[in-house]
Amino acid sequence: MSDIESPSTDVKFTCRDVKVHYGDFEALHGIDIDIPDRGVTAFIGPSGCGKSTFLRTFNRMNDTIEGCRVSGEVLMDGQDIYDKTLDPVLLRAQVGMVFQKPNPFPKSIYDNIAYGPRIHGLTSSKAELDALVEKSLRRAGLWDEVKDRLKLSGTGLSGGQQQRLVIARAIAVSPQVILMDEPASALDPIATAKLEALIDELKERYCIIIVTHSMAQAARVSDKTAFFYMGDLIEFDDTEKIFTNPSNSRTQDYITGRTG
Amino acid sequence: MNQNLLYILAFMAILVAAGYVYNRKSVLAQARSGAVQNGRGSMAHWHSQANYHGYFTAWITGLVTFAIFIGGVFIGGSGLPFLLAWLGVIILSGLATILIVNRKITPQFRARNYVERFIKLSLILLSVIAVLTTFGIIMSLLFESLRFFDKVPVLDFLFGLQWSPQTALRADQAGQSGAFGAVPIFAGTFLIMLVAMVIAGPIGLMIAIYLSEYASKSVRKIVKPLIEILAGIPTVVYGFFALLTVGPTIRNFAEGFGFSVPTQSALAAGVVMGVMIIPLISSLSDDVINAVPQTIRDGSYALGATKSETMKQVVFAGALPGIIGAFLLAISRAIGETMIVVMAAGRAANLTGNPFEAVTTVTVQIVALLTGDQEFDSPKTLAAFALGLVLFVITLILNVIALTVVRKYRERYD
Ligand SMILES: Nc1ncnc2c1ncn2[C@@H]1O[C@H](COP(=O)(O)OP(=O)(O)OP(=O)(O)O)[C@@H](O)[C@H]1O
Ligand SMILES: [Mg+2]
Repeated sequence: MSDIESPSTDVKFTCRDVKVHYGDFEALHGIDIDIPDRGVTAFIGPSGCGKSTFLRTFNRMNDTIEGCRVSGEVLMDGQDIYDKTLDPVLLRAQVGMVFQKPNPFPKSIYDNIAYGPRIHGLTSSKAELDALVEKSLRRAGLWDEVKDRLKLSGTGLSGGQQQRLVIARAIAVSPQVILMDEPASALDPIATAKLEALIDELKERYCIIIVTHSMAQAARVSDKTAFFYMGDLIEFDDTEKIFTNPSNSRTQDYITGRTG
Repeated sequence: MNQNLLYILAFMAILVAAGYVYNRKSVLAQARSGAVQNGRGSMAHWHSQANYHGYFTAWITGLVTFAIFIGGVFIGGSGLPFLLAWLGVIILSGLATILIVNRKITPQFRARNYVERFIKLSLILLSVIAVLTTFGIIMSLLFESLRFFDKVPVLDFLFGLQWSPQTALRADQAGQSGAFGAVPIFAGTFLIMLVAMVIAGPIGLMIAIYLSEYASKSVRKIVKPLIEILAGIPTVVYGFFALLTVGPTIRNFAEGFGFSVPTQSALAAGVVMGVMIIPLISSLSDDVINAVPQTIRDGSYALGATKSETMKQVVFAGALPGIIGAFLLAISRAIGETMIVVMAAGRAANLTGNPFEAVTTVTVQIVALLTGDQEFDSPKTLAAFALGLVLFVITLILNVIALTVVRKYRERYD
């Protein structure tokens, strides 16, 4: 893991005193964290501790939830993403997201990938778009399985294929960051292994933040791990350190299965 | 006679009830004495509970007495002696049935299974009756239409451009047998349906989109029922609204521009019919739009799509088959609608595409053909059946397509 050390000196997101409220309920109590630019950061913690909520602050998906308020400061490359003048639509083009349940659009495989580039006007010709679709599918490791049925519906793929399809869809708009919320929870071990291999490859290019309930998965794929508990960030460190020698006893209890 | 039949039926009902009560009691008594003798819980070793034995008795009694009742109807005697004999036989056989069943009751008797089977059979019977009724209606439509087509060739009916059945009435005028070309009235039906859909399609769809995507929960809670009230207004009310309010308004408006337009017009009828089917379209479309999972919308937002892009390209694509289904159902409703067009569209069988003219529709013509004194086998009367048949076939096809499309769509997110 030590060979990943150098890129982590660059910081992608800086969060200061981030609080999130759902109505009167405070789900996050003031989080301070620096997310490194390249590599994989894992969020772990018991159910309901606020991992998904925190993940959604990075692409302002919390804005779409009625009654949800975010306060504090979230800087991406030094710029406040909650600035009044910033358009969340542009932010989301740079910060892609993959959800727990694969959610392909009820469109063809091709149109699923082409959707983002089309709405953002990323390509200027059909040939260019074709090439982008192929490139995205290749990078998501799905091209060989679907290249003969690009016109068929994306909802007809298997769960694992659908999850790679939505990753390809996210990649197609060339984001800088990919957020993944329990991306493997609906997948079998083989599809999970493929997905983890894909994450391993993508981390060279993207800043990836992944929420997971699997300690083993966090240990396998991530470079840094953040442990959340009841709306607080308890510990954030190199994954190796968290899993071998955590400095907080609650982290210790959680990863050894004594709380959760 | 009719009244007497009612009395007999009342006696049968009493017998059935008595059978239930008597044998249920008898089972309970047997069970109690059995329990005293061998010391076991009273109904524990009985296959069926007491009320099942009661139901079983009631069913058998009902069947037996009903058979005799029907027999009496077929023999069809009259006079007091016959009625008394009939009633006597029914009562005696009913009582006999109750007693015979009573003797048969044992702990092993599987009354429950029989009762369940009776229930299933009677449910099947009832649904068969419903299906047969529909079938009978179709058959009658078909045969009467065939009689009509004996007198008027099918092709003349389907493709003729002249519709004036009135002349056929004057039997004294030799050579005048009326014209039964249905094209003008189908064209009228189609024109009005088109006007209605032009009004209801976009408005209904916009309402659905607003309610499901943009309205807050509290607005939705108020607006949705309000719109659905429109669907509860009797069509006759819409009809005189069209005739007395919308029609004159259109005429006055057109006169303001120097056109002369009749009060009764395709436009007046179509507009009001459109208002009538708005709730049908909006609530069906709202349902299918809501059925598109939130996760798919989130997926689109997360790619940086705006709300309207998400709506147009993702949600609409997902809901489209359901929306098409809703439109087809609305069209078949518009085609079959009668009251509004009878009052507001007029009766002149004009073959025109101009919505400001009076036109007539299939349903209006059926009403016109069958009201007043008619000979039952004149072509004029029989023409109603032919029109009904074609109308039925059209709406049937539309409904089948609509339902298939909707069903196919439903499977998608399960
Ligand atoms: N839309 C919402 N409205 C109200 N409360 C919410 C909403 N979403 C989350 N919460 C609350 O915020 C807290 C954090 O939820 P969150 O979904 O972030 O947890 P999580 O760590 O992702 O849990 P899990 O591991 O089960 O996914 C929980 O107490 C939850 O009940
Ligand atoms: Mg979560």
